[in-house]
Amino acid sequence: MPGQSVGAVEAQRAHFEQPLHLRSGGVLPAYDLVYETYGTLNAAKSNAILVCHALSGHHHVAGHYADQPDNIGWWDNIVGPGRPLDTDRFFIVGLNNLGGCHGSTGPSSINPATGQPWGADFPMVAVNDWVHAQARLADRLGIDSWAAVMGGSLGGMQALRWSITFPERVRNAIVIAAAPKLSAQNIAFNDVARQAILTDPDFHGGNYYAYNTRPLRGLRLARMLGHITYLSDDQMGEKFGRELRNSAFSFGFGVEFEVESYLRYQGDKFAGYFDANTYLLMTKALDYFDPSREDDGDLKATMARSQANFLIASFTTDWRFTPARSKEIVAALLASGRNVSYAEIDLNFGHDSFLMDDAHYHGVVDAYLRNIKL
Amino acid sequence: MTHTLGRPDFEVIAGWVAPGDRVLDLGCGDGTLLKHLIETRGVNGVGVEIDDANVLSAIANGINIIQGNLENGLEVFADQAFDHVVLSRTLQTVRHTEGILREMLRVGREAVVSFPNFAYWKNLRSVLDGRMPVSEDLPYQWYDSPNVRFFTLLDFEALCERMGLIIRERSVLDEEGNPVTDEVNFLGSLAVYRLTQQR
Repeated sequence: MPGQSVGAVEAQRAHFEQPLHLRSGGVLPAYDLVYETYGTLNAAKSNAILVCHALSGHHHVAGHYADQPDNIGWWDNIVGPGRPLDTDRFFIVGLNNLGGCHGSTGPSSINPATGQPWGADFPMVAVNDWVHAQARLADRLGIDSWAAVMGGSLGGMQALRWSITFPERVRNAIVIAAAPKLSAQNIAFNDVARQAILTDPDFHGGNYYAYNTRPLRGLRLARMLGHITYLSDDQMGEKFGRELRNSAFSFGFGVEFEVESYLRYQGDKFAGYFDANTYLLMTKALDYFDPSREDDGDLKATMARSQANFLIASFTTDWRFTPARSKEIVAALLASGRNVSYAEIDLNFGHDSFLMDDAHYHGVVDAYLRNIKL
Repeated sequence: MTHTLGRPDFEVIAGWVAPGDRVLDLGCGDGTLLKHLIETRGVNGVGVEIDDANVLSAIANGINIIQGNLENGLEVFADQAFDHVVLSRTLQTVRHTEGILREMLRVGREAVVSFPNFAYWKNLRSVLDGRMPVSEDLPYQWYDSPNVRFFTLLDFEALCERMGLIIRERSVLDEEGNPVTDEVNFLGSLAVYRLTQQR
Protein backbone atom coordinates (compact mmCIF):
# COMPACT_ATOMS: atom_id res chain seq x y z
CA MET A 1 0.00 0.00 0.00
CA PRO A 2 1.33 3.44 -0.81
CA GLY A 3 1.54 5.96 2.00
CA GLN A 4 3.72 6.04 5.03
CA SER A 5 3.81 4.85 8.59
CA VAL A 6 2.88 7.33 11.31
CA GLY A 7 6.42 6.87 12.64
CA ALA A 8 7.25 7.11 16.34
CA VAL A 9 4.27 7.12 18.68
CA GLU A 10 3.69 7.19 22.42
CA ALA A 11 1.11 5.45 24.55
CA GLN A 12 -1.00 7.55 26.90
CA ARG A 13 -2.95 6.67 30.00
CA ALA A 14 -6.31 7.96 31.18
CA HIS A 15 -7.56 7.31 34.71
CA PHE A 16 -11.29 7.19 35.43
CA GLU A 17 -12.65 7.57 38.95
CA GLN A 18 -16.31 7.23 37.99
CA PRO A 19 -17.42 3.64 38.73
CA LEU A 20 -18.38 1.56 35.70
CA HIS A 21 -21.38 -0.70 36.21
CA LEU A 22 -20.95 -3.78 34.08
CA ARG A 23 -23.40 -5.98 32.21
CA SER A 24 -22.44 -8.90 34.48
CA GLY A 25 -23.60 -6.95 37.53
CA GLY A 26 -20.03 -6.28 38.60
CA VAL A 27 -18.66 -2.82 39.19
CA LEU A 28 -15.23 -1.41 38.47
CA PRO A 29 -14.82 1.39 41.03
CA ALA A 30 -12.03 3.03 39.05
CA TYR A 31 -9.93 2.04 36.07
CA ASP A 32 -7.23 3.05 33.64
CA LEU A 33 -7.34 2.92 29.86
CA VAL A 34 -4.16 3.11 27.82
CA TYR A 35 -4.51 4.52 24.35
CA GLU A 36 -2.66 5.99 21.41
CA THR A 37 -3.67 8.69 18.96
CA TYR A 38 -2.38 9.49 15.50
CA GLY A 39 -3.05 12.61 13.44
CA THR A 40 -4.65 15.81 14.71
CA LEU A 41 -8.15 16.36 16.03
CA ASN A 42 -9.62 19.19 13.94
CA ALA A 43 -11.20 22.30 15.44
CA ALA A 44 -14.72 20.96 14.88
CA LYS A 45 -13.65 17.64 16.48
CA SER A 46 -15.36 15.91 13.60
CA ASN A 47 -12.51 13.84 12.17
CA ALA A 48 -11.99 11.19 14.86
CA ILE A 49 -11.94 7.47 14.06
CA LEU A 50 -11.96 4.86 16.80
CA VAL A 51 -10.15 1.62 15.97
CA CYS A 52 -11.32 -1.27 18.18
CA HIS A 53 -9.10 -4.27 18.70
CA ALA A 54 -9.90 -7.96 18.45
CA LEU A 55 -9.23 -10.83 20.86
CA SER A 56 -5.51 -10.35 21.39
CA GLY A 57 -5.04 -6.75 20.24
CA HIS A 58 -4.31 -3.56 22.11
CA HIS A 59 -3.83 0.19 21.89
CA HIS A 60 -0.69 0.04 19.76
CA VAL A 61 -2.47 0.15 16.42
CA ALA A 62 0.16 1.88 14.30
CA GLY A 63 3.66 3.27 14.23
CA HIS A 64 6.50 2.19 16.50
CA TYR A 65 7.97 3.29 19.82
CA ALA A 66 11.07 5.46 19.65
CA ASP A 67 13.02 3.04 21.83
CA GLN A 68 11.50 -0.08 20.20
CA PRO A 69 11.72 0.39 16.42
CA ASP A 70 10.64 -3.21 15.80
CA ASN A 71 7.50 -2.93 17.93
CA ILE A 72 5.14 -2.02 15.09
CA GLY A 73 1.41 -1.52 15.63
CA TRP A 74 -0.90 -4.43 14.79
CA TRP A 75 -2.73 -2.55 12.02
CA ASP A 76 0.11 -0.32 10.89
CA ASN A 77 -0.46 -1.16 7.22
CA ILE A 78 -3.78 0.72 7.11
CA VAL A 79 -2.91 3.82 9.19
CA GLY A 80 -0.70 6.75 8.23
CA PRO A 81 -0.30 9.64 5.79
CA GLY A 82 -1.71 8.51 2.44
CA ARG A 83 -3.06 5.23 3.82
CA PRO A 84 -6.79 4.47 4.12
CA LEU A 85 -6.92 5.76 7.71
CA ASP A 86 -5.15 8.87 6.53
CA THR A 87 -3.59 10.71 9.45
CA ASP A 88 -3.37 13.85 7.31
CA ARG A 89 -7.16 13.88 7.39
CA PHE A 90 -8.28 11.83 10.38
CA PHE A 91 -7.53 11.69 14.08
CA ILE A 92 -7.18 8.01 14.95
CA VAL A 93 -7.72 6.61 18.44
CA GLY A 94 -6.79 3.09 19.53
CA LEU A 95 -7.08 1.77 23.07
CA ASN A 96 -6.61 -1.36 25.10
CA ASN A 97 -9.96 -2.62 26.33
CA LEU A 98 -10.91 -3.20 29.95
CA GLY A 99 -9.86 -6.66 31.02
CA GLY A 100 -6.85 -6.45 28.72
CA CYS A 101 -3.25 -7.16 29.59
CA HIS A 102 -1.45 -4.34 27.82
CA GLY A 103 -1.84 -1.58 30.38
CA SER A 104 -5.57 -0.98 30.77
CA THR A 105 -7.14 -2.26 33.96
CA GLY A 106 -7.53 -6.02 33.79
CA PRO A 107 -7.13 -9.21 35.81
CA SER A 108 -3.37 -8.77 36.12
CA SER A 109 -3.76 -5.20 37.47
CA ILE A 110 -3.66 -4.49 41.18
CA ASN A 111 -7.07 -4.43 42.83
CA PRO A 112 -6.91 -1.32 45.07
CA ALA A 113 -9.23 -3.02 47.58
CA THR A 114 -6.76 -5.84 48.26
CA GLY A 115 -3.40 -4.63 47.03
CA GLN A 116 -3.17 -7.91 45.08
CA PRO A 117 -3.78 -8.63 41.38
CA TRP A 118 -7.50 -8.89 40.58
CA GLY A 119 -7.12 -12.41 39.23
CA ALA A 120 -10.36 -14.38 39.42
CA ASP A 121 -12.09 -11.42 41.13
CA PHE A 122 -11.94 -9.29 38.01
CA PRO A 123 -15.55 -8.88 36.88
CA MET A 124 -16.71 -10.31 33.56
CA VAL A 125 -16.80 -7.59 30.91
CA ALA A 126 -19.09 -7.53 27.88
CA VAL A 127 -18.66 -5.81 24.52
CA ASN A 128 -21.16 -3.16 25.60
CA ASP A 129 -19.07 -2.43 28.72
CA TRP A 130 -16.10 -1.75 26.47
CA VAL A 131 -18.23 0.60 24.40
CA HIS A 132 -19.26 2.52 27.53
CA ALA A 133 -15.64 2.75 28.68
CA GLN A 134 -14.59 3.88 25.20
CA ALA A 135 -17.33 6.54 25.31
CA ARG A 136 -15.82 7.95 28.47
CA LEU A 137 -12.45 8.12 26.78
CA ALA A 138 -14.17 9.94 23.88
CA ASP A 139 -15.63 12.42 26.41
CA ARG A 140 -12.17 12.94 27.86
CA LEU A 141 -10.78 13.64 24.38
CA GLY A 142 -13.65 16.03 23.58
CA ILE A 143 -15.08 13.81 20.83
CA ASP A 144 -18.89 14.04 20.73
CA SER A 145 -19.30 11.91 17.67
CA TRP A 146 -16.94 9.64 15.78
CA ALA A 147 -16.50 10.11 12.05
CA ALA A 148 -16.16 6.33 12.14
CA VAL A 149 -15.84 3.45 14.55
CA MET A 150 -14.17 0.45 12.98
CA GLY A 151 -12.62 -2.90 13.68
CA GLY A 152 -12.13 -6.46 12.50
CA SER A 153 -13.55 -9.57 14.16
CA LEU A 154 -14.32 -8.74 17.82
CA GLY A 155 -13.30 -5.17 16.93
CA GLY A 156 -16.04 -5.08 14.29
CA MET A 157 -18.53 -6.25 16.91
CA GLN A 158 -17.59 -3.23 19.03
CA ALA A 159 -18.22 -0.95 16.03
CA LEU A 160 -21.63 -2.58 15.56
CA ARG A 161 -22.41 -2.23 19.29
CA TRP A 162 -21.34 1.44 19.27
CA SER A 163 -23.89 2.19 16.54
CA ILE A 164 -26.64 0.65 18.66
CA THR A 165 -25.66 1.93 22.11
CA PHE A 166 -24.73 5.46 21.07
CA PRO A 167 -26.49 6.04 17.72
CA GLU A 168 -25.96 9.79 17.84
CA ARG A 169 -22.23 9.42 18.43
CA VAL A 170 -21.34 7.23 15.41
CA ARG A 171 -21.60 8.63 11.88
CA ASN A 172 -20.05 5.58 10.20
CA ALA A 173 -19.40 2.04 11.32
CA ILE A 174 -16.89 -0.15 9.48
CA VAL A 175 -17.46 -3.76 10.47
CA ILE A 176 -14.95 -6.22 9.04
CA ALA A 177 -14.85 -10.04 9.33
CA ALA A 178 -17.44 -9.99 12.11
CA ALA A 179 -20.76 -11.65 12.94
CA PRO A 180 -23.92 -10.47 14.68
CA LYS A 181 -23.42 -13.21 17.25
CA LEU A 182 -21.37 -16.37 17.62
CA SER A 183 -22.53 -19.71 16.27
CA ALA A 184 -22.54 -22.88 18.36
CA GLN A 185 -19.34 -23.90 16.57
CA ASN A 186 -17.67 -20.58 17.43
CA ILE A 187 -18.62 -20.97 21.10
CA ALA A 188 -17.44 -24.57 21.06
CA PHE A 189 -13.97 -23.57 19.87
CA ASN A 190 -13.83 -20.87 22.54
CA ASP A 191 -14.82 -23.32 25.23
CA VAL A 192 -12.11 -25.81 24.28
CA ALA A 193 -9.61 -22.95 24.48
CA ARG A 194 -10.93 -21.97 27.90
CA GLN A 195 -10.86 -25.56 29.13
CA ALA A 196 -7.20 -25.77 28.16
CA ILE A 197 -6.50 -22.82 30.47
CA LEU A 198 -8.92 -23.72 33.26
CA THR A 199 -7.57 -27.27 33.59
CA ASP A 200 -3.90 -26.23 33.59
CA PRO A 201 -2.55 -27.09 37.08
CA ASP A 202 -0.83 -23.71 37.09
CA PHE A 203 -4.14 -21.86 36.73
CA HIS A 204 -4.91 -21.90 40.48
CA GLY A 205 -8.48 -20.77 39.97
CA GLY A 206 -7.28 -17.64 38.18
CA ASN A 207 -5.08 -16.48 41.06
CA TYR A 208 -1.83 -17.82 39.59
CA TYR A 209 -0.13 -14.46 40.14
CA ALA A 210 -0.02 -15.21 43.88
CA TYR A 211 1.77 -18.49 43.10
CA ASN A 212 4.31 -16.73 40.95
CA THR A 213 3.39 -18.93 38.00
CA ARG A 214 1.24 -18.80 34.86
CA PRO A 215 -0.86 -21.42 33.07
CA LEU A 216 1.45 -21.38 30.07
CA ARG A 217 0.56 -24.84 28.81
CA GLY A 218 -3.14 -24.05 28.74
CA LEU A 219 -2.69 -20.65 27.18
CA ARG A 220 -0.39 -22.14 24.55
CA LEU A 221 -2.96 -24.78 23.63
CA ALA A 222 -5.72 -22.17 23.54
CA ARG A 223 -3.71 -20.06 21.13
CA MET A 224 -2.78 -23.03 18.94
CA LEU A 225 -6.44 -23.93 18.62
CA GLY A 226 -7.47 -20.34 17.99
CA HIS A 227 -4.74 -19.89 15.43
CA ILE A 228 -6.06 -22.79 13.36
CA THR A 229 -9.42 -21.06 13.15
CA TYR A 230 -7.81 -17.81 11.97
CA LEU A 231 -6.19 -19.42 8.92
CA SER A 232 -7.73 -20.98 5.83
CA ASP A 233 -7.23 -24.61 4.86
CA ASP A 234 -5.81 -23.49 1.50
CA GLN A 235 -3.36 -21.14 3.11
CA MET A 236 -2.13 -23.77 5.56
CA GLY A 237 -1.82 -26.21 2.69
CA GLU A 238 0.23 -23.76 0.63
CA LYS A 239 2.38 -22.70 3.55
CA PHE A 240 3.07 -26.06 5.15
CA GLY A 241 1.46 -28.85 3.17
CA ARG A 242 2.74 -32.09 4.66
CA GLU A 243 6.31 -30.84 4.79
CA LEU A 244 8.47 -32.54 7.37
CA ARG A 245 11.17 -30.83 9.36
CA ASN A 246 13.41 -33.83 8.64
CA SER A 247 13.02 -35.86 5.51
CA ALA A 248 11.74 -39.08 7.13
CA PHE A 249 9.09 -40.01 9.69
CA SER A 250 10.48 -40.35 13.19
CA PHE A 251 7.48 -42.36 14.48
CA GLY A 252 7.34 -40.32 17.66
CA PHE A 253 5.36 -37.44 19.17
CA GLY A 254 7.93 -34.71 18.73
CA VAL A 255 7.65 -31.95 16.17
CA GLU A 256 7.66 -33.60 12.75
CA PHE A 257 5.41 -31.70 10.40
CA GLU A 258 6.16 -28.05 9.67
CA VAL A 259 2.61 -27.08 10.63
CA GLU A 260 3.22 -28.51 14.12
CA SER A 261 6.38 -26.49 14.44
CA TYR A 262 4.59 -23.34 13.34
CA LEU A 263 1.65 -23.77 15.69
CA ARG A 264 3.84 -24.59 18.68
CA TYR A 265 5.96 -21.55 17.96
CA GLN A 266 2.86 -19.34 17.73
CA GLY A 267 1.49 -20.83 20.94
CA ASP A 268 4.74 -20.32 22.84
CA LYS A 269 5.17 -16.78 21.59
CA PHE A 270 1.63 -15.85 22.61
CA ALA A 271 1.81 -17.53 25.99
CA GLY A 272 4.99 -15.56 26.64
CA TYR A 273 3.26 -12.18 26.67
CA PHE A 274 -0.50 -12.67 27.00
CA ASP A 275 -2.44 -13.07 30.23
CA ALA A 276 -4.59 -16.21 30.54
CA ASN A 277 -7.34 -14.45 32.50
CA THR A 278 -7.61 -11.85 29.76
CA TYR A 279 -7.91 -14.65 27.20
CA LEU A 280 -10.77 -16.15 29.21
CA LEU A 281 -12.54 -12.79 29.50
CA MET A 282 -12.17 -11.92 25.82
CA THR A 283 -13.55 -15.25 24.66
CA LYS A 284 -16.53 -14.91 27.01
CA ALA A 285 -17.18 -11.38 25.71
CA LEU A 286 -17.30 -12.93 22.24
CA ASP A 287 -19.67 -15.69 23.34
CA TYR A 288 -22.05 -13.28 25.07
CA PHE A 289 -22.12 -10.81 22.19
CA ASP A 290 -25.61 -10.71 20.70
CA PRO A 291 -27.12 -7.22 20.51
CA SER A 292 -30.35 -8.62 19.03
CA ARG A 293 -31.06 -10.29 22.40
CA GLU A 294 -32.52 -6.94 23.46
CA ASP A 295 -35.13 -7.38 20.74
CA ASP A 296 -35.91 -11.06 21.15
CA GLY A 297 -33.46 -11.96 18.42
CA ASP A 298 -34.81 -9.49 15.87
CA LEU A 299 -31.57 -7.98 14.59
CA LYS A 300 -33.50 -5.73 12.23
CA ALA A 301 -35.23 -4.05 15.17
CA THR A 302 -31.88 -3.68 16.92
CA MET A 303 -30.14 -2.14 13.94
CA ALA A 304 -33.10 0.20 13.35
CA ARG A 305 -31.89 2.06 16.45
CA SER A 306 -28.60 2.93 14.79
CA GLN A 307 -28.19 6.10 12.76
CA ALA A 308 -24.82 5.38 11.21
CA ASN A 309 -23.86 4.56 7.66
CA PHE A 310 -22.20 1.18 7.36
CA LEU A 311 -19.43 -0.52 5.46
CA ILE A 312 -19.51 -4.27 6.03
CA ALA A 313 -16.68 -6.43 4.69
CA SER A 314 -16.02 -10.16 4.82
CA PHE A 315 -13.44 -12.51 3.34
CA THR A 316 -14.18 -15.45 1.08
CA THR A 317 -11.85 -17.87 2.95
CA ASP A 318 -12.89 -16.84 6.48
CA TRP A 319 -14.56 -19.91 7.99
CA ARG A 320 -14.62 -18.49 11.54
CA PHE A 321 -16.97 -15.64 10.60
CA THR A 322 -18.03 -16.51 7.07
CA PRO A 323 -19.39 -14.05 4.51
CA ALA A 324 -22.85 -15.45 5.33
CA ARG A 325 -22.51 -14.08 8.89
CA SER A 326 -21.67 -10.61 7.57
CA LYS A 327 -24.64 -10.84 5.24
CA GLU A 328 -26.91 -11.34 8.25
CA ILE A 329 -25.80 -7.90 9.40
CA VAL A 330 -26.24 -6.49 5.88
CA ALA A 331 -29.78 -7.89 5.62
CA ALA A 332 -30.76 -6.36 8.96
CA LEU A 333 -29.31 -2.98 7.99
CA LEU A 334 -31.06 -3.02 4.60
CA ALA A 335 -34.35 -3.94 6.23
CA SER A 336 -34.01 -1.13 8.73
CA GLY A 337 -33.30 1.41 6.00
CA ARG A 338 -29.68 2.16 6.86
CA ASN A 339 -27.13 3.17 4.24
CA VAL A 340 -24.92 0.13 3.83
CA SER A 341 -22.29 -1.16 1.45
CA TYR A 342 -20.97 -4.70 1.55
CA ALA A 343 -17.72 -5.98 0.07
CA GLU A 344 -16.88 -9.68 -0.07
CA ILE A 345 -13.14 -9.71 -0.46
CA ASP A 346 -11.36 -12.60 -2.13
CA LEU A 347 -8.29 -13.11 0.05
CA ASN A 348 -6.64 -16.37 0.93
CA PHE A 349 -5.75 -15.75 4.57
CA GLY A 350 -8.93 -16.89 6.30
CA HIS A 351 -10.13 -14.84 9.26
CA ASP A 352 -6.73 -13.15 9.54
CA SER A 353 -7.29 -11.58 6.11
CA PHE A 354 -8.56 -8.47 7.84
CA LEU A 355 -5.02 -7.68 8.98
CA MET A 356 -3.47 -8.13 5.54
CA ASP A 357 -2.16 -5.43 3.25
CA ASP A 358 -4.16 -6.03 0.09
CA ALA A 359 -4.68 -3.35 -2.56
CA HIS A 360 -8.36 -4.11 -3.23
CA TYR A 361 -9.29 -4.54 0.43
CA HIS A 362 -7.56 -1.34 1.46
CA GLY A 363 -8.92 0.37 -1.64
CA VAL A 364 -12.47 -0.39 -0.49
CA VAL A 365 -11.83 1.04 2.99
CA ASP A 366 -10.04 4.02 1.45
CA ALA A 367 -12.85 4.75 -1.03
CA TYR A 368 -15.45 4.54 1.73
CA LEU A 369 -13.54 6.82 4.09
CA ARG A 370 -12.87 9.39 1.37
CA ASN A 371 -16.62 9.91 1.01
CA ILE A 372 -17.08 10.66 4.71
CA LYS A 373 -17.92 14.30 5.24
CA LEU A 374 -16.12 15.85 8.19
CA MET B 1 -29.82 11.83 -30.72
CA THR B 2 -27.39 12.17 -27.82
CA HIS B 3 -27.85 10.33 -24.57
CA THR B 4 -26.69 11.59 -21.21
CA LEU B 5 -24.88 8.57 -19.68
CA GLY B 6 -24.44 7.00 -23.14
CA ARG B 7 -27.05 4.38 -22.29
CA PRO B 8 -30.41 5.04 -23.93
CA ASP B 9 -32.13 2.37 -21.82
CA PHE B 10 -31.11 4.33 -18.70
CA GLU B 11 -33.21 7.26 -19.89
CA VAL B 12 -36.21 5.03 -20.42
CA ILE B 13 -35.74 3.56 -16.94
CA ALA B 14 -35.27 7.00 -15.37
CA GLY B 15 -38.56 8.05 -16.94
CA TRP B 16 -40.39 5.27 -15.09
CA VAL B 17 -38.98 6.15 -11.68
CA ALA B 18 -40.73 8.68 -9.46
CA PRO B 19 -38.95 11.00 -7.03
CA GLY B 20 -38.18 9.34 -3.72
CA ASP B 21 -38.75 5.80 -5.02
CA ARG B 22 -36.71 2.92 -3.64
CA VAL B 23 -34.63 1.45 -6.46
CA LEU B 24 -32.55 -1.73 -6.52
CA ASP B 25 -30.17 -1.99 -9.49
CA LEU B 26 -28.95 -5.53 -10.13
CA GLY B 27 -25.61 -5.74 -11.88
CA CYS B 28 -25.22 -2.02 -11.32
CA GLY B 29 -21.61 -1.75 -12.51
CA ASP B 30 -19.96 1.32 -11.07
CA GLY B 31 -23.34 2.73 -10.04
CA THR B 32 -23.77 5.17 -12.94
CA LEU B 33 -27.54 4.63 -13.27
CA LEU B 34 -28.14 4.81 -9.52
CA LYS B 35 -26.05 7.94 -9.20
CA HIS B 36 -28.06 9.50 -12.02
CA LEU B 37 -31.35 8.50 -10.38
CA ILE B 38 -30.19 9.77 -6.98
CA GLU B 39 -29.10 13.11 -8.45
CA THR B 40 -32.08 13.66 -10.76
CA ARG B 41 -34.91 11.84 -8.96
CA GLY B 42 -33.79 11.78 -5.34
CA VAL B 43 -34.33 8.04 -5.19
CA ASN B 44 -33.21 5.77 -2.39
CA GLY B 45 -30.87 3.45 -4.25
CA VAL B 46 -29.03 0.20 -3.65
CA GLY B 47 -26.94 -1.73 -6.17
CA VAL B 48 -25.81 -5.33 -6.45
CA GLU B 49 -22.58 -6.13 -8.28
CA ILE B 50 -20.22 -9.09 -8.39
CA ASP B 51 -17.09 -7.54 -9.91
CA ASP B 52 -14.44 -6.24 -7.48
CA ALA B 53 -13.41 -3.24 -9.58
CA ASN B 54 -17.05 -2.18 -10.02
CA VAL B 55 -17.72 -2.56 -6.28
CA LEU B 56 -14.76 -0.33 -5.55
CA SER B 57 -15.92 2.28 -8.10
CA ALA B 58 -19.46 2.22 -6.75
CA ILE B 59 -18.22 2.80 -3.20
CA ALA B 60 -16.09 5.67 -4.51
CA ASN B 61 -19.26 6.99 -6.21
CA GLY B 62 -20.98 6.99 -2.82
CA ILE B 63 -23.48 4.32 -3.87
CA ASN B 64 -24.89 1.75 -1.45
CA ILE B 65 -23.51 -1.38 -3.05
CA ILE B 66 -23.92 -5.00 -2.01
CA GLN B 67 -21.36 -7.38 -3.49
CA GLY B 68 -22.94 -10.64 -4.56
CA ASN B 69 -23.85 -13.07 -7.30
CA LEU B 70 -27.34 -12.69 -8.78
CA GLU B 71 -27.41 -16.42 -9.50
CA ASN B 72 -27.55 -17.02 -5.74
CA GLY B 73 -30.73 -14.99 -5.39
CA LEU B 74 -31.43 -11.82 -3.50
CA GLU B 75 -31.47 -13.33 -0.02
CA VAL B 76 -30.27 -10.18 1.79
CA PHE B 77 -33.31 -8.23 0.58
CA ALA B 78 -36.70 -8.39 2.28
CA ASP B 79 -39.99 -8.92 0.45
CA GLN B 80 -41.29 -5.82 -1.33
CA ALA B 81 -38.41 -3.65 -0.08
CA PHE B 82 -38.23 -1.69 -3.36
CA ASP B 83 -40.49 0.13 -5.78
CA HIS B 84 -38.34 -0.81 -8.77
CA VAL B 85 -35.84 -3.60 -9.26
CA VAL B 86 -33.72 -2.93 -12.33
CA LEU B 87 -31.86 -5.52 -14.39
CA SER B 88 -30.33 -3.67 -17.31
CA ARG B 89 -28.63 -5.65 -20.10
CA THR B 90 -27.95 -8.48 -17.68
CA LEU B 91 -30.84 -10.97 -18.02
CA GLN B 92 -29.07 -12.63 -20.96
CA THR B 93 -26.07 -13.36 -18.68
CA VAL B 94 -28.14 -15.05 -15.96
CA ARG B 95 -28.58 -18.81 -16.12
CA HIS B 96 -31.65 -19.02 -13.86
CA THR B 97 -33.90 -16.72 -15.86
CA GLU B 98 -37.17 -17.57 -14.14
CA GLY B 99 -35.54 -17.57 -10.73
CA ILE B 100 -34.14 -14.08 -11.05
CA LEU B 101 -37.43 -12.69 -12.40
CA ARG B 102 -39.33 -14.23 -9.46
CA GLU B 103 -36.77 -12.87 -7.01
CA MET B 104 -37.02 -9.39 -8.54
CA LEU B 105 -40.77 -9.36 -8.05
CA ARG B 106 -40.43 -10.77 -4.54
CA VAL B 107 -38.20 -7.90 -3.39
CA GLY B 108 -39.77 -5.24 -5.60
CA ARG B 109 -43.21 -3.98 -6.59
CA GLU B 110 -42.01 -3.70 -10.17
CA ALA B 111 -39.25 -5.27 -12.25
CA VAL B 112 -37.52 -3.24 -14.95
CA VAL B 113 -35.68 -5.42 -17.44
CA SER B 114 -33.66 -4.44 -20.51
CA PHE B 115 -31.98 -6.88 -22.87
CA PRO B 116 -30.60 -7.12 -26.42
CA ASN B 117 -33.04 -8.51 -28.98
CA PHE B 118 -31.51 -11.43 -30.79
CA ALA B 119 -34.11 -11.12 -33.59
CA TYR B 120 -33.01 -7.57 -34.48
CA TRP B 121 -32.71 -7.60 -38.28
CA LYS B 122 -28.96 -6.93 -38.30
CA ASN B 123 -28.43 -9.87 -35.95
CA LEU B 124 -30.56 -12.09 -38.18
CA ARG B 125 -28.68 -10.97 -41.25
CA SER B 126 -25.39 -11.69 -39.56
CA VAL B 127 -26.48 -15.23 -38.78
CA LEU B 128 -27.76 -15.66 -42.35
CA ASP B 129 -24.33 -14.52 -43.50
CA GLY B 130 -22.94 -17.31 -41.37
CA ARG B 131 -21.54 -15.35 -38.43
CA MET B 132 -22.78 -14.72 -34.90
CA PRO B 133 -23.87 -11.09 -34.51
CA VAL B 134 -21.66 -8.41 -32.99
CA SER B 135 -23.43 -5.08 -32.56
CA GLU B 136 -23.92 -2.05 -30.35
CA ASP B 137 -26.13 -4.07 -28.03
CA LEU B 138 -24.40 -7.44 -28.48
CA PRO B 139 -20.82 -6.19 -28.35
CA TYR B 140 -19.04 -9.49 -27.69
CA GLN B 141 -17.43 -12.15 -29.80
CA TRP B 142 -19.06 -15.56 -29.35
CA TYR B 143 -16.01 -16.87 -27.46
CA ASP B 144 -15.75 -14.07 -24.91
CA SER B 145 -19.41 -13.27 -24.39
CA PRO B 146 -20.82 -13.25 -20.87
CA ASN B 147 -24.21 -13.97 -22.45
CA VAL B 148 -25.61 -17.43 -21.84
CA ARG B 149 -29.21 -16.89 -22.99
CA PHE B 150 -30.15 -15.64 -26.45
CA PHE B 151 -33.78 -14.61 -26.90
CA THR B 152 -36.10 -12.24 -28.68
CA LEU B 153 -38.87 -9.87 -27.61
CA LEU B 154 -41.43 -12.50 -28.56
CA ASP B 155 -39.60 -15.18 -26.58
CA PHE B 156 -39.48 -12.94 -23.52
CA GLU B 157 -43.14 -12.02 -23.76
CA ALA B 158 -44.07 -15.69 -24.06
CA LEU B 159 -42.09 -16.40 -20.88
CA CYS B 160 -43.82 -13.52 -19.08
CA GLU B 161 -47.19 -14.95 -20.08
CA ARG B 162 -46.22 -18.42 -18.92
CA MET B 163 -45.01 -17.00 -15.57
CA GLY B 164 -48.11 -14.84 -15.16
CA LEU B 165 -46.12 -11.61 -15.26
CA ILE B 166 -47.90 -8.45 -16.36
CA ILE B 167 -46.15 -6.17 -18.86
CA ARG B 168 -47.02 -2.67 -17.74
CA GLU B 169 -44.89 -0.88 -20.30
CA ARG B 170 -42.46 -1.68 -23.07
CA SER B 171 -39.94 0.55 -24.80
CA VAL B 172 -37.99 -0.69 -27.82
CA LEU B 173 -34.91 1.08 -29.16
CA ASP B 174 -32.79 0.78 -32.28
CA GLU B 175 -28.99 0.70 -32.26
CA GLU B 176 -28.83 4.49 -32.04
CA GLY B 177 -31.17 4.48 -29.06
CA ASN B 178 -34.11 5.89 -30.94
CA PRO B 179 -37.59 4.54 -30.16
CA VAL B 180 -39.02 1.84 -32.42
CA THR B 181 -42.78 1.46 -32.67
CA ASP B 182 -43.41 -0.78 -35.69
CA GLU B 183 -42.20 -4.34 -36.23
CA VAL B 184 -40.41 -4.13 -32.90
CA ASN B 185 -39.19 -7.74 -32.88
CA PHE B 186 -37.46 -7.09 -36.22
CA LEU B 187 -36.42 -3.43 -35.96
CA GLY B 188 -35.63 -3.23 -32.22
CA SER B 189 -32.06 -3.78 -30.99
CA LEU B 190 -32.74 -3.26 -27.28
CA ALA B 191 -35.96 -3.75 -25.32
CA VAL B 192 -36.90 -2.34 -21.93
CA TYR B 193 -39.84 -3.82 -20.03
CA ARG B 194 -41.70 -2.78 -16.93
CA LEU B 195 -43.16 -5.87 -15.25
CA THR B 196 -45.34 -6.61 -12.29
CA GLN B 197 -47.46 -9.49 -11.07
CA GLN B 198 -50.79 -10.12 -9.37
CA ARG B 199 -50.48 -10.02 -5.60
